[in-house]
Amino acid sequence: MTHLPFIVAAYVIALGTPIILATDAVFRARRAQRRLDAIDPRRNRGEA
Amino acid sequence: MDTRSSAASPRSGHVLHRFANPGQFLRLSGRVLPWLYWPGILLTAGALIWGVFFAPSDWQQGDTVRIMYVHVPFAWLASAGYFSLAVCSFISLVWRHPLADLAAVELGPVGAAFTAVCLATGSLWGKPTWGAWWVWDARLTSVFVLLLLYLGHIALVRAFDDPTRGYRAGAILALVGVINLPIIKFSVDWWNTLHQPASIGLTGAPTIAPSMLWPLLFSAIGFTLLFAAIVVTRTRAAVMERRIRGLLMAKASSASEQEALS
Repeated sequence: MTHLPFIVAAYVIALGTPIILATDAVFRARRAQRRLDAIDPRRNRGEA
Repeated sequence: MDTRSSAASPRSGHVLHRFANPGQFLRLSGRVLPWLYWPGILLTAGALIWGVFFAPSDWQQGDTVRIMYVHVPFAWLASAGYFSLAVCSFISLVWRHPLADLAAVELGPVGAAFTAVCLATGSLWGKPTWGAWWVWDARLTSVFVLLLLYLGHIALVRAFDDPTRGYRAGAILALVGVINLPIIKFSVDWWNTLHQPASIGLTGAPTIAPSMLWPLLFSAIGFTLLFAAIVVTRTRAAVMERRIRGLLMAKASSASEQEALS
């Protein structure tokens, strides 16, 4: 395969960026969900 | 939670609020997200394996053509993401919808990251093909301007103590910046650019071989689903964080009222 370092670098950047963004978003949403469950009175009564 | 009144027609505003209120959004997005993440991951993985190992190399570019399977979807999503940002900004300005504000704030960084990846992968293709990492070509320059618009939006929405003022300023910038989208699209036709013209259009048949076209299309659909999944997840987090702030402020104000009474 010609120009392999260029191809590998492009795929690492293109796959790494969405993986980092998605991981960050999922952990942020889980953190917010846990905090909300702890302080939201409606959720504690099982209404939400 | 939000008491701002609808500025446009009451009927359209009512429909929008009914289908996009934060509680409804949390319920609906929770159900939709697995259908964005899993097909997105599977389609992207399948398309990239197809593109790297099974699609033919180009007679002129050799194997560097395989960079196209990641570069082109990111280029499309950079523009599509900005268009979505402009739509959210329009809804925010016309109907004053809080969810549109939050979605616009969360779209900005994702769109900026995808635009940066488009420029980086284009550069990695340009060096072996053109012999240069970067040229001030009309297409490259207009995409670089798109990145600056995203960065400007990210900075502007966070630049005010009152978030509502930041949302308004960001929305105006996003709508003004829409003028850059047709410039990106038609730059290769209007100017004599080093960047090649579009191989796939809505009106004519594609000028790309089907053996390369299919993995490219699947890769574009896969990355689009992942882009949407990331934005929806970030918006969900932002909605919940906003509710947490509201609850904490309500608790603090009721505590101070009780203190004042006793």
